[in-house]
Amino acid sequence: MSTSPSPLPNAPAAEQAEDQRKMHVVVVGHVDHGKSTFVGRLLHDTDSLPNGKMDQVRRNCAAEGMEFEYAFLLDALIEEQEQNITIDTTRIFFRTKKRAYAIIDAPGHKEFLKNMVTGAASASAALLLIDAHEGVMDQSRRHAFLLSLLGVRQLVVLVNKMDLVDHSEETYRRIVAEYSAFLKSLGLQAAHFIPIAAKHGENVVERSAKMAWWRGPTVTEALDTFAHEDDLTGLPLRLPVSDIYRFDHRRIVAGRVEAGAVRPGEELVFQPGGRRSVAKTFEDWSGPSRDVVGTGGSASVTLTEQIFVERGQIASHATSQPRVGREFRARVFWLGKEPLVPSKTYRLRLLTQNVEAVVAKIEKVTDASTLESVPSDSVPRDSICEIIVRATRPIAFDLHHECPVTGRFALEEGGRIHGGGIILEARSEGGKGSGKVTAAERTARAGHPPAVVWFTGLSGSGKSTVAELVERRLFDAGRNVIRVDGDDLRAGLNRDLGFSAADRAESVRRAAAVAGLHANAGQIALVTLIAPLAADRAKARAALANHPFIEVFVDAPLEVCEKRDVKGLYAKARKGEIAEFTGISSPYETPESPEVHVRTDRTTTEQAADQVLQAIDRILAGKGEDWEV
Amino acid sequence: MSRTAQNDHLTRLEQTSIHVFREAFANFRSVCMPWSMGKDSNVLIWLARKAFCGKIPFPLLHIDTTYEFPEMYEFREKAKAIHGIDLIVRINEDAIRRGVGYATHDPVTVTHELKTVALKQALAEYKWDALVTGIRRDEDPTRAKERWFSPRTADSTWDYKDQPPEFWGQFASVAPEGGHIRVQPLLEWTELDIWEYIRRENIPNPTLYYSRNGKRFRSLGCHPITHPVDSDASNIDEVIEELRRTKVSERAGRAQDHVGRNSMQELRAKGFM
Repeated sequence: MSTSPSPLPNAPAAEQAEDQRKMHVVVVGHVDHGKSTFVGRLLHDTDSLPNGKMDQVRRNCAAEGMEFEYAFLLDALIEEQEQNITIDTTRIFFRTKKRAYAIIDAPGHKEFLKNMVTGAASASAALLLIDAHEGVMDQSRRHAFLLSLLGVRQLVVLVNKMDLVDHSEETYRRIVAEYSAFLKSLGLQAAHFIPIAAKHGENVVERSAKMAWWRGPTVTEALDTFAHEDDLTGLPLRLPVSDIYRFDHRRIVAGRVEAGAVRPGEELVFQPGGRRSVAKTFEDWSGPSRDVVGTGGSASVTLTEQIFVERGQIASHATSQPRVGREFRARVFWLGKEPLVPSKTYRLRLLTQNVEAVVAKIEKVTDASTLESVPSDSVPRDSICEIIVRATRPIAFDLHHECPVTGRFALEEGGRIHGGGIILEARSEGGKGSGKVTAAERTARAGHPPAVVWFTGLSGSGKSTVAELVERRLFDAGRNVIRVDGDDLRAGLNRDLGFSAADRAESVRRAAAVAGLHANAGQIALVTLIAPLAADRAKARAALANHPFIEVFVDAPLEVCEKRDVKGLYAKARKGEIAEFTGISSPYETPESPEVHVRTDRTTTEQAADQVLQAIDRILAGKGEDWEV
Repeated sequence: MSRTAQNDHLTRLEQTSIHVFREAFANFRSVCMPWSMGKDSNVLIWLARKAFCGKIPFPLLHIDTTYEFPEMYEFREKAKAIHGIDLIVRINEDAIRRGVGYATHDPVTVTHELKTVALKQALAEYKWDALVTGIRRDEDPTRAKERWFSPRTADSTWDYKDQPPEFWGQFASVAPEGGHIRVQPLLEWTELDIWEYIRRENIPNPTLYYSRNGKRFRSLGCHPITHPVDSDASNIDEVIEELRRTKVSERAGRAQDHVGRNSMQELRAKGFM
């Protein structure tokens, strides 16, 4: 057999626990105040250990000449046993008559604060241990501060090692008085302070005969009085967009409802951007689709109108929308090895939003154990601060007290999360920007990035017809769009050019330059130009390399184009009145791998425009790859 | 669908797993899901289909150790058709040529060569950014320390001493240089949850899990080192009843976990799931 203690596969249920949903409990407190011992004892006393586990650990201890300790049941990794500290949040399970629990044995060692945060952030209740003999220590206070930031409101303080203070009620009372005053200053209140001796199982599950003065609950009795706390169904709808799926004919907005509930038929507003559409259907797979998706539910929504929606936006009802802005004041805990400083750019992650942000100002840095605040120009590791955060583009958010899930965020640097915070106050932007207007600012104002869409094809293939419809659709969806038409250019800018190969190359170069200027201004430029030679088109693409580029091959057989002959040009070319006419007396080189290939002899203009719009949508949603399956 | 308290518990787990799938797909373009054909793996397929509205938009990978039970190969073909799976099958041919096998080598070596190395070979070829795995925190103490998104270095090792913090639904969004992210949607599920969900959703599953002649498999791996447990549970209801009562750990029948004092930790630090 392995010597590593196993967490419970399935806790035995002599009686079926009434609540199948596990409650997550985090165990925190100063190093050596007895967390692991407490949890080991709790598992033992609730009969939650696998068969033979006690004997096995006892044997291992005997083999290594160590005295058995309940903590060994937990310290799963050998290294931990050697170092005698818990490295990471270990999750283990136990059951009371009331329900199942997942207990997170969070470490108390100072440098492992990030693991405690990871554990506590997913907990709905906390047990905080204080050694009765040693009293309230640095980490006792720091952990409570973090619990208050992380939003854990259901707290029981366990005054442990009562056996070392002769089970003295007076010692217990002194710790209660000192620590409850501290909690009060954080806006926290413990549901109970329970005197225990974890090593001997006193007041853990069974009442202690040695503390007859204690009339309150045991630890498991106290836990059983707690409620699952994360039901935000009563709050306004907050549905962050996780993705847009176009796996088949459907266009599905995917996201998890973080607060409130959503039903088909409801109008949704997507912020930032403010575009509106109505939820048409829920596309649930396997079984009938739900008629409502509540908090915590993952939704697959189709919309009645194909508006521009992208990952990061938050859908809400029009009557109670989130705030939209670039600046807010926040209380932040910082776990990064490098200090948090105003000179660096971080990534701000709020639900599915992910934007660049800077610290505009550090207002104060708070000592988490004394609660004293000092001004500072940087925030060292493992401290708590109040700062002004400024994002490079607008984001949707709420204040933390209005809606916790949209009122908190993480800060990331180098792909790794180093801190988190809650939003205390929205701020209007600190004056006008300075310096040159950046592409990011233009994108922020437009609500979409620029792009160049290049329609190539024979005369009469339908380039302008399709492009006009694409332009109309984009314009109606509120996007900045312009057409750069070959004929218009010939009437003005290209008046000096003819149809020789050299002149055609120059015409393509100029069209690309004009499209580039429009894209620089934040627009989606739709270029319609025959551009018959692959080499010229490749040069245009290269010249526009810093913008998303979509080549659309508008394809129809020569006979079809000639038959259409909208401008009567083919007739003239056949009579020899126009020299070097593409398709007749000059070659057209078919694009080899255009982003979009439309066959106007086989599809309607609407269908062709849809094909192009889908490709544009993908670009605008920041996804260059084709994910169709 | 009736919404009993039981269903609500499973629905909550299901919805969270769907969210993890979707975040993974949104963050990493190139995703692959190893598929062992075992019960957890089959639940993953089901959840992925729910996450992506019917069809899984990335390939599945079967690391074929060549020691699978014959029933599993049959099940593979059946399930592939049912779910419309895009399946890649990989064998560590080099190890087979060198004669690595249970007749001559210890289970930890064989597991490492035929599973972990084969997986690394596939990773080197396809360069996936994210691998979706079916591990659960309740299976083993080293798995209890896992994250939803767990970074692996270029040689697939897991730095369990320095894991990124993970809170408020924000996961590691960038794979280490040359490495990948393990995405673990079943982290919060227990063995019992898995079985109750299979029953509720009627998910296709191999019959080896059900008792024949007083024995059944509780966990499935290579046949030479996977041993059945004593059980009369011959259908899913009986399996669930049995699990409610048992105190024997799930992987007790998996020999490679129990060779050394800490063999599971060694295997996992080197890239095993």
